[in-house]
Amino acid sequence: MAWFIVKRILWSVPTMILISIATFIIIQLPPGDYVTAYIAELEELGEKITAQEAAELRASFGLDKPLIVQYWNWISKIVFHGDFGLSLDWKLPVSDLLWDRIALTLMISTLSLILTWAIAIPIGVYSATRQYSIFDYVFTVLGFLGRGIPDFLLALVLMWLGFAYFNFHVGGLFSPEYADAPWSFARFWDLLAHLWVPVVVLATGGAAGLLRVMRANMLEELGKPYVETAYAQGMSEREVVWRYPVRVALNPFFSTVGWALPALISGDVITAVVLNLPTTGPLLLRALLNQDMYMAGGFILILSLFTIIGTLLSDILLTLTDPRIRHA
Amino acid sequence: MSTLSDPQTEDNTAQLTVDTAKPLTLMWWRFKQHRLALWSLYVIGFLYFVAAFAEFLAPYDPFKHSRLHAFVPPQQVHLFHEGEFKGPFVYGLDRERDPETARLTFSEDTDKVYPIKFFHRGDSYKFWGLWETNLHLFGIEGGRRDRIYLLGTDALGRDLLSRIIYGGRVTLSVGLIGVFFSFVIGITLGSVAGLIGGRVDAAIQRLAEFVRSIPTIPLWLGLAAALPVAWDPIFVYLLITVILALIGWTNLARVVRGHFLTIRNQDFVLAAQLSGAKPRRVVTRHMLPSMTSYVIAAITLAIPEMILGETALSFLGLGLRPPVVSWGVLLQDAQNLRSIALAPWMLAPGAAIVTTILAFNFLGDGLRDAADPYQQ
Repeated sequence: MAWFIVKRILWSVPTMILISIATFIIIQLPPGDYVTAYIAELEELGEKITAQEAAELRASFGLDKPLIVQYWNWISKIVFHGDFGLSLDWKLPVSDLLWDRIALTLMISTLSLILTWAIAIPIGVYSATRQYSIFDYVFTVLGFLGRGIPDFLLALVLMWLGFAYFNFHVGGLFSPEYADAPWSFARFWDLLAHLWVPVVVLATGGAAGLLRVMRANMLEELGKPYVETAYAQGMSEREVVWRYPVRVALNPFFSTVGWALPALISGDVITAVVLNLPTTGPLLLRALLNQDMYMAGGFILILSLFTIIGTLLSDILLTLTDPRIRHA
Repeated sequence: MSTLSDPQTEDNTAQLTVDTAKPLTLMWWRFKQHRLALWSLYVIGFLYFVAAFAEFLAPYDPFKHSRLHAFVPPQQVHLFHEGEFKGPFVYGLDRERDPETARLTFSEDTDKVYPIKFFHRGDSYKFWGLWETNLHLFGIEGGRRDRIYLLGTDALGRDLLSRIIYGGRVTLSVGLIGVFFSFVIGITLGSVAGLIGGRVDAAIQRLAEFVRSIPTIPLWLGLAAALPVAWDPIFVYLLITVILALIGWTNLARVVRGHFLTIRNQDFVLAAQLSGAKPRRVVTRHMLPSMTSYVIAAITLAIPEMILGETALSFLGLGLRPPVVSWGVLLQDAQNLRSIALAPWMLAPGAAIVTTILAFNFLGDGLRDAADPYQQ
């Protein structure tokens, strides 16, 4: 078991290296570099820079070196010093701006993942055990709707409904009066009152998909002879269903955590822009629009790394729950 | 008894029809049972029809703005005027300026009745860039300033319905072109992986896993941000579809690879090989056709992903940009609470997006179920 985990961790190293290379390419894609942007900025202030000075600037930032050396400079600073470079836009080290935002994104994504499961598992089991009942149809329709409505559109509609009919301001993480207040119970409550919106918005899409999977898996398991045997032994329905078929039907949940996380993080980026949340989304978007590439690169790198770690955890979880995979 | 046909033989002929039906007929029978999928097919057909004949079906030019008609709410179509049947008509607009907020508000002026005219002569356009004409499906007669806004107008007084119809042309075609690119990548890599197997297969599998593990939106954004703003909109449009395809091919490749693995060892493939067919012929003439239905189902399910991608990118301002009209670009106007509170009808393009995505999802589900008619 330990060996399997070690092997799995080692496997993810090349993936991480690939991701860092892909990110570096994205940083390099826009025409021009840091010095071009810097010169443009100085010219706006009325200063002129000679070609000689520009070349010296490039040399001092190491931008005249071959790409592979530049890549090494960038990644080694991140790995060994946690230094993601400077944000051109904010004139601050990227790492100063990065971590708070990432933490909030991860919190929202994790909460939505939990909510996704909390919705999908019980409803999936219900729909399968009461197939073709009224509620099964209701949940099926809701599930299809959830799959068809993009996250950001749902956020927009919720925002409008909250404003137009409930006089409730959806968006942001705090009401204005608590924005700069010290932590208190009231402030915490205010946070919760705002936090549920993005969490629910993100969870619906995923839950709609998983619900169908859960229902299909359960239907397949419920038809198997061992279920009939369990009933024949005189066990109650609740005992039979939750003890055996549910456990088998849950497998895809663990194996799809790896895909659920990237989807949730993607969803968070765009939902946060709509709802004006202080997570990675708005900052990443601004960085990309302003070609603040070290900032954008830092975000893309860290977000991708977290999904790799999420996949890793889901694989380990899967082997813990399903011994067949370990011994395959 | 002679007038009645023997029930036994009738049963047999029915059974015979089923037994001798061609696979395509069987698929169609099976597909028809999926009522939702059948309806979705009609809906999608309708949407693409509207997109194709956008110039004629849209009542106005989508770019023509009118300062006097900013943020006109959707107009209601009436049938009865003062208890008298008049056919479909709209009332004229009364413009007032709110004394407190200085905002323009519109109300119905029930004195003016404008009947809706079908095959109306309105703004002139070049149909498909070929013929100059000014025929529109509907419009209203009246002064130059009297217009009909079934879905309201935006901040510049442009007709939202016309813009949605024109935007559909862009958004719906992005789905098709994007899927075409990802189909090319997916089917190539998928068949290579499924045919050669071994290390090549493992490498392609890892690549697909890698692409899947990156959060799509940050990656799309990163790639899209690299496109220079000044480029020709059509070129940007093509590049956006390529970007969507670069990330969206994995699922198609997975489907193709899976089917290659299952049919690789089947008799008809072996027979072809034994008859001396070259590998290329075996693949293109025998193996690929046998999985057409599965590939079509997978493609149908991939189109909504592409449409969502385009919409999300344009919505964030990194995809297609105005003056190009797409549903994502249109939703950009509804991005903040202020504009939605002021003009909730700006969310209408969202309804078009949801309808399209749902229809493609249902159609894809139906096709997937019908793809294997011999399975019980």
